[in-house]
Amino acid sequence: MKTLLKPAQLIPMLLLLVLAVIPPIAAGMDDNFWVAFFARVLVYGIAASALNIALGLGGLVSLGHALFLGIGMYSVSLPSYYGVTSGWLHLAMCVVACAVVGGITGLISLRTSGIAFIMITLAFAQMGYFVIVSLKQYGGDDGMSITGASSFVGLQLNTPVAVYYAAWVLLAALTYWVYRLRTSPFGMTLRAGRQNARRVMSVGLALRSYQLAAYVLSAVLCGMAGMLLANLNAYASPSSMSWTVSGELIVMVVLGGMGSVFGPVLGALTFLGVEEILKAFTEHWMAVFGLAILGVAMAGKTGLAGLLEKIQPDTTGATNALSKESAK
Amino acid sequence: MSATLLLAQVLNGLQYGVMLFLLAAGLTLVFGIMSFVNLAHGSLYMLGAYAAAVVGVQTGSFTLSVLAAVATGAAVGMALEWVAVSRLYRRDHLDHVLATFGLVLFFNEVVRMIWGSQPVFVSLPESLSGTVDIFGFTYPTYRFLIIAVGLLVAVGSQWLIHKTRVGMLIRAGSVNPQMVSALGVNIRLLNAMLFALGSALAALAGAMAGPILSVQSGMGEPVLITTLVVIVIGGIGSVHGALYAGIIVSLVDTLGRTFLPMLIREFASREVANAAGPALASMLIYLLMAVILALRPQGLFPAHKA
Amino acid sequence: MKNIALAKCFAVGAAALTLSAAHAEIKIGFTGPLSGPVAAVGQDQYDGFMLGIEALGKKLGGESVSVLREDDQLKPELGNQIARKLIDRDKVDAIVGLGFSNVLMASLPRIVESGTVAIATNAGPSPLAGAGCLPHVFSMSWQNDGTAEAMGKYAQDSGYKRVYLMAPNYQAGKDYVAGFKRYFKGQIADEVYTQVNQPDYSAEIAQLQSAGADAVFVFYPGGMGVNFVKQFSQAGLMKKLPLLSAFTVDGTTISSLRDAAVGTISGAMWDVALKTPGNTEFISNFTKKYGRVPSHYAAVGYDTAKLLDIAVRKVKGNTTDKDAFAAAVKAAGTELKSIRGPFRFNSNNMPVQNYYAFQTIKEGNDFTVKLLGNPLPDHQDAYVAQCKAK
Repeated sequence: MKTLLKPAQLIPMLLLLVLAVIPPIAAGMDDNFWVAFFARVLVYGIAASALNIALGLGGLVSLGHALFLGIGMYSVSLPSYYGVTSGWLHLAMCVVACAVVGGITGLISLRTSGIAFIMITLAFAQMGYFVIVSLKQYGGDDGMSITGASSFVGLQLNTPVAVYYAAWVLLAALTYWVYRLRTSPFGMTLRAGRQNARRVMSVGLALRSYQLAAYVLSAVLCGMAGMLLANLNAYASPSSMSWTVSGELIVMVVLGGMGSVFGPVLGALTFLGVEEILKAFTEHWMAVFGLAILGVAMAGKTGLAGLLEKIQPDTTGATNALSKESAK
Repeated sequence: MSATLLLAQVLNGLQYGVMLFLLAAGLTLVFGIMSFVNLAHGSLYMLGAYAAAVVGVQTGSFTLSVLAAVATGAAVGMALEWVAVSRLYRRDHLDHVLATFGLVLFFNEVVRMIWGSQPVFVSLPESLSGTVDIFGFTYPTYRFLIIAVGLLVAVGSQWLIHKTRVGMLIRAGSVNPQMVSALGVNIRLLNAMLFALGSALAALAGAMAGPILSVQSGMGEPVLITTLVVIVIGGIGSVHGALYAGIIVSLVDTLGRTFLPMLIREFASREVANAAGPALASMLIYLLMAVILALRPQGLFPAHKA
Repeated sequence: MKNIALAKCFAVGAAALTLSAAHAEIKIGFTGPLSGPVAAVGQDQYDGFMLGIEALGKKLGGESVSVLREDDQLKPELGNQIARKLIDRDKVDAIVGLGFSNVLMASLPRIVESGTVAIATNAGPSPLAGAGCLPHVFSMSWQNDGTAEAMGKYAQDSGYKRVYLMAPNYQAGKDYVAGFKRYFKGQIADEVYTQVNQPDYSAEIAQLQSAGADAVFVFYPGGMGVNFVKQFSQAGLMKKLPLLSAFTVDGTTISSLRDAAVGTISGAMWDVALKTPGNTEFISNFTKKYGRVPSHYAAVGYDTAKLLDIAVRKVKGNTTDKDAFAAAVKAAGTELKSIRGPFRFNSNNMPVQNYYAFQTIKEGNDFTVKLLGNPLPDHQDAYVAQCKAK
């Protein structure tokens, strides 16, 4: 309980709670834009959290995660195009497609490591992007509009508010799950493997299988974020699959604090939020934004979560042990 | 499909490959020897192109514009190294990605603030604007200059790295910086110079590319990915690897783009060929890279580490 | 007694209402690609639009106007978000711009849901012109196929027998090639789709030299166009092979191409060579204010400002009835004295206008265009029947 009151945990949790009540506040202010805006933040928070499982915990730097975001989007738009709007079917398609693609690409990519791994994941994402762009009957580069949103029993994702709460619930559940995962045997194996793969394998653990599992898990969750994004925008477009989006996801994860529980949420919120704030001030916001990102990179490897941690360090070493991790 | 067309396309592949090499040379040096992931390499390429364009229009001299580009690249490189890069060497690769990602945004916006959104004009002297008749095709003379410059850089950098004292210090510094420093060498200055060299090479590539490509904000991004593919295939840190890989990638891309649709048309309808051909051709270099990495992750021509 | 008091109250009330109505400000949201590889396009549209607003005394229909400027960065997702921001937070009366086709299509859901009037200044995708046509969404620029169709007609009229076609491998590229073929009845030497943002075309240029064509048609917007034309010209082909183009050589790229572009034939609904009323004034005012020659993108922006002026005047500044406002915009199209020549909206809200053929020439030290002809006068797009059938 004591650890929950430390700023590193308290502030993000308060943020999550505040996010939960944004829709009624926005409705009261007659300014529903904020619902759509923060819904997007939540969706990217989910995608960043998903990436965090592979990248932060497993040390697998994937520059191709936007591929799964895209698969998730198209697993809503393609059935919708043919008139199928059952949310369960969309979800099933998304999970199966992401698992299969993630499994195959993961199997091949995990034969390499380091920069080669980064480039191979990028290659797969680019290939997916080119395939979608050249499919003229499904809109190609122009994308597909989605006329029938995913509908589950009692819940239809056809309004930003509906998507908002679905995303919030998913993000909260995912965050809690990552919290448990980090200190679970699976998570510990991954984290150890990130620091010293040979040692882990010499203990008799099949590290490659753990990493593949983490990669596939990460892919499926990212796909689910894509589903929500498609419903939010009522649109699916291959531009969400480009490598710059993959790069932005990595930036969000690292900005927030790699491998930490709340890092991805903080990263997504900060990245998208600062962008929006700066836009209101100056036309040349990109220059300021770029310098700010540079500043954060130079300031601390542990990102925002690490900065919060420094306010009141966890000396018991019971939970995150972020400071120890940063020594690597 | 005639033999002369095939030969002409091979020549095209060669010259574009050398162009890719010019870009890749600087990046592979910085990445391989200093282990620094520099996504801002494309921005330095852009700054070089702008410097050459500006000086070229003012003076009308191509040589001066290229020299100006190289000087700009070296200067900006040194400044960046001193301010930011030197503090990031010992960090994780991802911090490099984050930092240089920010730099890319910054430089793109600065360039747009100064020169606007429209592409800028690059002047090319009369002597270099001619054509040559090869295999029945007219071929721009300027492309031969690119090949010449590229080969010069390849030979020059090989000589620098393997036949000079500085090169030896660079190679030693990449393996064991503390030892080199303990032996009385100013490793900080060495690294700064190396980064400046890499940046100068990027700027040189920009200056050479200016006359044939559009010089505008963000021109570095489309080429950055291809450059990364080249250095990964060639082997990180290996300059001769970058040259061979550049040519291989370019040949595969060029021949694939031109002959793959033709090939598909033999088996399938024109409709299908027009749809599938370009898509497959775009994916070709990524497929190539994926296959090479899966079989030989260290690249085709890895640098020899002591 | 009571009646007089009541009447006074009504009078004061009515006066207050008219006062507030008179002070009602028109809010316009302008969106476009203002950064990235096609920023020159968005910038020209914005500058043209603002020049129009200024020429009207910073008023639309007599009401003061404020323009909110948003950059969609050529990202469809951002276009979607910006549409929501402008409609839900800023409560704009109309959205102008909407950028390229993919961003435009992605921005539509909230626009359609809210009924806000939207005027696209850079696109007219075929779905929007056909079965997907919408009563409150207009295109002030062109239906996407128009320019290519004009070049096809020009090629047909000029007697070319074998044409080589090139475009980038994405939706618009394929549409443009299809548009060209709709009006060109000769032989197609080859149809080549290149990679988007491909830098080097030397391979394709070698290939086209061996194809035995008597003309080449290309669609390469933005940086791709600069790349292609530079390389085409350097290969010495500009003197040998007529180059027909759509959106490849235009006001935003001529200044960087200069000599390399001389001789190119382009299709467009406007260019500086037109001697329509108001055009000379527009060109000189734009050049004076922004230090560069306007492109057809700027001309569309300028026309849109004038269009809105007429439309707002029709509804007397009251845009709350969105159906009425949309109808006013449509009617305004017919009344507009456009600098591009004759203009009106078709039943599918796409423009009916002339599509001219221009040739890039060198005049002294300046690079400009001369008018070659009007291959498709008063042209209607090919999809309007699908919209009517709805």
